[in-house]
Amino acid sequence: MIVIEKLTKIFGYYPVLRGIDLSIEKGQFLALLGPNGSGKTTLLRILTGLSKPSGGQITIGGWNIPDEIAAVRQQLGIVSHLTLLYDTLTAEENLMFFARLYNLPQETRAERVAAMLERVGLGKRAKDVVNTFSRGMQQRLAIARALIHDPAILLLDEPYTGLDQDASALLDQLLHDVAGVAEGQRTTIMTTHDLRRAHSLTSHVAILSRGKVGFYGETTAIPADDLPRIYADTLGAAS
Amino acid sequence: MTTPYWRVVAALAWKDLRAEIRGREMVTSMMLFAAISVMIFSFALELDDAAQQESVGGILWVTIAYAGTLGLGRSLAAEKDKGSLDALLAAPVARSALFYGKMIGNLIFTVAVGFLMVFLCTVLFNVNLFVPTLWLVILLGCLGFATTGTLVASMSVHARAREMLLPILLLPVLLPVIISATRASIAIVTELKVEDWLPWIQLLGFVDFVFLLMAFFLFDYIVEE
Repeated sequence: MIVIEKLTKIFGYYPVLRGIDLSIEKGQFLALLGPNGSGKTTLLRILTGLSKPSGGQITIGGWNIPDEIAAVRQQLGIVSHLTLLYDTLTAEENLMFFARLYNLPQETRAERVAAMLERVGLGKRAKDVVNTFSRGMQQRLAIARALIHDPAILLLDEPYTGLDQDASALLDQLLHDVAGVAEGQRTTIMTTHDLRRAHSLTSHVAILSRGKVGFYGETTAIPADDLPRIYADTLGAAS
Repeated sequence: MTTPYWRVVAALAWKDLRAEIRGREMVTSMMLFAAISVMIFSFALELDDAAQQESVGGILWVTIAYAGTLGLGRSLAAEKDKGSLDALLAAPVARSALFYGKMIGNLIFTVAVGFLMVFLCTVLFNVNLFVPTLWLVILLGCLGFATTGTLVASMSVHARAREMLLPILLLPVLLPVIISATRASIAIVTELKVEDWLPWIQLLGFVDFVFLLMAFFLFDYIVEE
């Protein structure tokens, strides 16, 4: 369970997060919506320990963040709009490298890498260098990289950026089938600007506006056509 | 649960070597720069034998420093631009282990440039640099360069004008390494007595040790946002 209380983050004199309160249950898939600069990525960076909060409190599974982040890192998987991959290494070498960093047992490492490549449909391209891959293939490999250590928490920062319709649909399927986000196998937080996709994929929606949670609710309780109106109202109310 | 320290260092160094062997971006530009620089020095300075012996140590280290800076900038900038630096920092590993892994990769590339320089300077300046003691100085000097350079490059990598910032920040910090390596090299090449070059090698070793220790404690704070 992830609990965020009165979280603030100030860059210089500019407050990006102004008191976020959010509670995310185990197995929940939360869509974090909001305009550019609303603090979505900053919030994810704080959760991964890449950025320190200015105030407030966060606990992940009872561990205090950022002080006890080392205990949580093994449980985090990250997918970003940047692939976080090495262009001149092959798909297999990339996954092997991250498998080593995440201390996967040596005897099962190669097997796990091969299985993940198969599951994202890149088994036949395992020995190919990443810079020969299309953007969609690179993002599929990025999913495999994020899941190589089977994390309990998956953080997705605008994962659909730069993908065409087919690649986006394939990514939906991968998140569903491989990451198991819909079945509640993992706690997932995804930042996105795509309201339709957020509604169809996730279990809960939070709208960030001016550094605060302006709206929070269960996706099933919101008709798909209402989400754009709620989004606009939330942003309008904050301005 | 964090990954064993040595395993992280080895994995990162292996990854950098593998990527460089395949991409050949860094070492090729470093070696080309070094080769062109030493040729310019050789044609620009028309020196007699004694003067050549005295100046070759300086030429060696000036070229290694500038060629090395070229590679260092690329080494961390590539991680930052692709976002892979975030993936490394988010992994369950000791951050100082990430530093030593990157540093070992940079050290290997700088040493490769150093030994190319030994060959080129021997040919172009007609001074025998195939001296084991000088190789020790090159190894220690490159270790100091790679340690300081990786540390400073991790500071400047977040800056907008990082390519300009890196040499401006690095060269003053690097002075103790460059001065002691140059003085030791000149003393060895001009065949001075042991007591003339040994103190410089000792100073170089001490400076390396201090920078390696500083990196262990400072890297975590440097990469923190």
